[in-house]
Amino acid sequence: MEKTFTISIYSENNVGLLNRISSIFLKRHINIESLTTSQSEIKDVFRFIIIVKLQEEGVKKLIKQIEKQVDVIKAFYHTDEETIFQESALYKVKSSALFEERHIQNIIKESHANIVTVSPEYFVIEKTGFRNETDRLYQDLAPFGLLQFVRSGRISVTKSKMGISEILKKFKSDN
Amino acid sequence: MKTKDQIALQEVVTKSITISGAEAVIRCLLAEGIDLIYGYPGGAIMPVYDELYKFQDQLNHVLTRHEQGATHAAQGYARTSGKVGVAIATSGPGATNLVTGIADAQIDSTPMVCITGQVGSHLLGSDAFQETDIIGISTPVTKWNYQITNADEIPEIFAKAFYIAKSGRPGPVLIDITKNAQFETLDFNYQKCTGVRSYKPAPALDTQAVTQAAEMINNAKKPFIVWGQGVILGGAEDEFKAFVEKSGIPAAWTILGLSALPTAHPLNVGMVGMHGNYGPNLLTNECDLLIAIGMRFDDRVTGNLDTYAKQAKIIHFEIDPAEINKNVKVDLPLLGDCKVSLRSLIPLIQKKSHDQWIDRFDELMKVEVKEVIDKDLYPQKEGLTMGEVIVSINKHTRGDAVLVTDVGQHQMVACRYTDFVRSRSNVTSGGLGTMGFALPAALGAKMGAPEREVVAVIGDGGYQMTIQELGTIFQTQAAVKIVVLNNEFLGMVRQWQQLFFDKRYASTEMVNPDFITIAKGYYLDAKKVDKRENLDAAVAEMIASDKPYFLEVCVEKEDNVFPMIPTGASVSDIRLK
Repeated sequence: MEKTFTISIYSENNVGLLNRISSIFLKRHINIESLTTSQSEIKDVFRFIIIVKLQEEGVKKLIKQIEKQVDVIKAFYHTDEETIFQESALYKVKSSALFEERHIQNIIKESHANIVTVSPEYFVIEKTGFRNETDRLYQDLAPFGLLQFVRSGRISVTKSKMGISEILKKFKSDN
Repeated sequence: MKTKDQIALQEVVTKSITISGAEAVIRCLLAEGIDLIYGYPGGAIMPVYDELYKFQDQLNHVLTRHEQGATHAAQGYARTSGKVGVAIATSGPGATNLVTGIADAQIDSTPMVCITGQVGSHLLGSDAFQETDIIGISTPVTKWNYQITNADEIPEIFAKAFYIAKSGRPGPVLIDITKNAQFETLDFNYQKCTGVRSYKPAPALDTQAVTQAAEMINNAKKPFIVWGQGVILGGAEDEFKAFVEKSGIPAAWTILGLSALPTAHPLNVGMVGMHGNYGPNLLTNECDLLIAIGMRFDDRVTGNLDTYAKQAKIIHFEIDPAEINKNVKVDLPLLGDCKVSLRSLIPLIQKKSHDQWIDRFDELMKVEVKEVIDKDLYPQKEGLTMGEVIVSINKHTRGDAVLVTDVGQHQMVACRYTDFVRSRSNVTSGGLGTMGFALPAALGAKMGAPEREVVAVIGDGGYQMTIQELGTIFQTQAAVKIVVLNNEFLGMVRQWQQLFFDKRYASTEMVNPDFITIAKGYYLDAKKVDKRENLDAAVAEMIASDKPYFLEVCVEKEDNVFPMIPTGASVSDIRLK
């Protein structure tokens, strides 16, 4: 059965690594649901969060292929239950809507969204949460006319420990 | 982050000197013990070639006639010598012409470093003359690659590249160097790479798994070994032989494992796979324990996975964790360098013989001899067979040549029937199936093992894919013996058309040139044989020659290679005709 898996990759921050990792998915005709990269908790170590819908068997093989790449320090996969995850969304709305439609203020309040900026022409709302929460806000705001909408890829941390520092420390002490 | 923070280094050249990036490239190669490279010059790599000119007494550069030839020659060199093969080319088309050889080296785990020139870094992305994104193009087919854009990076990147290419499961690495980095100067000293923090070449020995493996082996009634190139790459031939002999277990090879155990060894029962031997394929589905060593369960070996060795427990000796459970679910993975694992395993296994079980292989071999092998090797018909050519080569090389093959029918026949007495004697394109591999690979194989007889057996199709390398063979005078088995067909495809496409021979018939005239045009000694009575003398003359020699043998046009497991069929469904 296909399930959503979160793939976490700890890697060096080298040019071309994103291409090398995405080519592993391409070679196997696997679609990436979302992908984010950022600095990790360790200096000079990068972290990828990649979301895929796959059978567990497939994701296991994928992890081994990713980990085989020279510049990858370690790769893991987790289910939704094993991670704390969030997405962020930005909604750009005409300012006139905010003043003319009372209701919109209630929507913002009830959804616990933040107003990021307000100008005479438009204002921007930010909402971080689960997909269904950002979706609900999208549906609520859509009737008032969304000038722009964008949602980030999933970011997540695991409930369990990752142990990357130990790997790097061991390399240092071995050499 | 600087590369030197990611890798571990050991000093080799300590005195720092100020030199150009191009000279640094040469000094890196020398520091890595490289004295031979294959390549083709061009605009973006000219500064390095200028240094090659200055260093020609220390570093031999062989000019191939096409960049693809440079990669295959480097592969052939690596396969016989056990060292890293090096190929060098310019940017753009020079770089893209390397891709086939790189992909071949990747799938067959051949250690190779490719160096490409690149346009100046200020021109990157501007669609400059001969600019191509070779990093992007080569990423999926390299073990690692890197673009150097300033000269300071050269020593550390070269050190890292050679370390990666030859450590663990070997493979190809590509270094792309922008032209400005070749011209710029740097303070050069060289430290060898001894580790990369994000990369683990070989998993540590799992002693518990070794104990468990010994127990499974000691308890097995009908154990069967299938070995691959891992035995050769790991330099584990002696340990492997000791293991086979002590355990008394019949052992079969994959095409890349060939020559790790002598052909005549009583426990060598032949080849597995699509055109492998009858017994090893059938008995894969009868054994109670399958011991896979340094092989990767390629589809050409396993046939239909749903019916592959389902009755057997499987132990998999493997250096690459990604190969475990990739195609075949195994009961016991034994990760690590097989030389180390086998060493620790041997004392734990009981000395045994499996006479009755081995009799089963012998019986099935008798069937195969009668139905297939006798007809191949001692034909009663008028037309020459590929098999009898191999018999003659065996006779005159005393079964001790390096065999280099291309891809197709001749490859299967040559690998099935060639005799081997020592390892690293079989050079072929296995995983990628690259037609055109053999001629340049044979040149490299000869240069990697100059004291050995190197015989290239090639089909008339593949020969014409890299025929220009006759020029390189002529120029170097590498004493390669080239045998073209000419059936005027793309024989393997024709065989499939005959068997599975109702004899619709779409574009497989070849109208060939006069190969003798071509060989003579390159000033090579050449002979053509089309009658049985002339074969043996011609092969004798070829082997006796101490120069490169071309022999064309006109063989039966529509012979087929058997046994055969049709694509997608089970190993149990192996056909003898």
